[in-house]
Amino acid sequence: MTNDATDAGWFRGLDSGDLHAARDAIENGSADAPVDWPTQAVDAGFADDEDDYYSLLHDATVNAAREAVRKRERADDQQLKHSIRAMADCERTANELAERVAEWGGSRYGEGGSGVGYARRIAEGEVGGGDRALRGMAERVVAVSEEADDLRAYVERTAPAVAPNLSALAGPVLAARLISLAGGLDSLAKKPSGTVQVLGAEDALFAHLRGGAPSPKHGIIFTHEYVSGTRREDRGSAARALAGKLTIAARIDHYSGDRRPGLERELDERIERIRSRGGEGE
Amino acid sequence: MTPPLPDGIERHDFDGTTSIATRGHPEYGEATDGEFRRWDPGRSKLGAMLALGMDTGLETDQKTLYLGAAAGTTVSHVADFGGPTYAVEFAPRPVRELLEVADHRENLFPLLKDARKPETYAHVVEPVDAVVQDVATRGQARVAALNRRFLDDDGRLLAAVKARSEDVTADPEDVFADVVAELQESYEVLETEQLDPYHEDHLGVVARPLE
Repeated sequence: MTNDATDAGWFRGLDSGDLHAARDAIENGSADAPVDWPTQAVDAGFADDEDDYYSLLHDATVNAAREAVRKRERADDQQLKHSIRAMADCERTANELAERVAEWGGSRYGEGGSGVGYARRIAEGEVGGGDRALRGMAERVVAVSEEADDLRAYVERTAPAVAPNLSALAGPVLAARLISLAGGLDSLAKKPSGTVQVLGAEDALFAHLRGGAPSPKHGIIFTHEYVSGTRREDRGSAARALAGKLTIAARIDHYSGDRRPGLERELDERIERIRSRGGEGE
Repeated sequence: MTPPLPDGIERHDFDGTTSIATRGHPEYGEATDGEFRRWDPGRSKLGAMLALGMDTGLETDQKTLYLGAAAGTTVSHVADFGGPTYAVEFAPRPVRELLEVADHRENLFPLLKDARKPETYAHVVEPVDAVVQDVATRGQARVAALNRRFLDDDGRLLAAVKARSEDVTADPEDVFADVVAELQESYEVLETEQLDPYHEDHLGVVARPLE
């Protein structure tokens, strides 16, 4: 076995108690083949004996794995943030361009429809036909719309891994939107429930704070069926209840990561009570 | 039929059900009786291999490299009866739970590493008596070949091959034949057995490294 630095054991050059340096060595070091590291470590004076080595190894690997998990999960929530923003951009762009295609196509072939569906019919030659410029444009619309679908599928796959409880309560797409609006799972976990309730309604919130405008009852969480599906006079209560549970879910996801199925049941019961109370205030 | 079990793993009666068991801190809601904890073959492929009487060659206090440790269900039992146990897992989420298992076991060393890149953990893992492999990725035979470097000459590879990880559409029998053929380039395959009824479409493999 060579003694190149690249083929050295993780403990080479470390002080026994230096967990920080040990984490770096475990995470970034490498060797082509395993060696009897315990014996080497004792010979090198890193450990007193084999038992001592294993005890140091245990502390070092547990610490390194814990830190590596934190780092990787942080990276995952940033990926999620970018993908949900890209998905929103693609959807908006596809719709805008589809309007252009509909206007253009309508001028050539008469009113035929609107939206991405109409663009798809032109792209596939069902409507129009000869106009290559229009058809090329329609094909782009379809491609951008398909990209949005792919991104949505990615979000639906990734969000439950990054934030299992939040995704279970909010659905993966709303969970990703909340993480994106907050800037990351860690910042979402640090926000009070009242802020989560109005995330995405910043314009209305500042209009209210400047005076005159009513306070917003809900931000992006309006897309959740528990808010949008509740009658108007109870929506504020529903939004407050939902935001409260989402805030707890985000904190569990960020700080512990355990799944807590009890949260969904508590939220279901809460909303059930709000919806059944028949309009009187809380 | 009660085939012999390695030392440190015992048959124990849990409320009328006899099952294999080890002694240690309970981890996943398994039945316990005193210091015994049930090793649920339905939750653990290595447990299924033992329950089906495969000759794993496992011994108490041996050194083990475990590939695909996930949340640590199986590796917790391995560390209960074994010696130094290195647990490699690539996905961050289950490693959180693996860390809790490691908190109760001084001889368990968790590594957030990719089993397809052994050079990234060979500076930590020493040569071992057994490599246990339960990785749900394509190229399971390749993972076994790459990690052969960790095995002592008379060591054992204990692999659970998941057919659906290689090809969801193919007949599992065909997949198993392909994987075993590829394994034979670097291992002598000693025993294979399907892990029904505990795990569908899984093949248990016991092998030893070729010279």
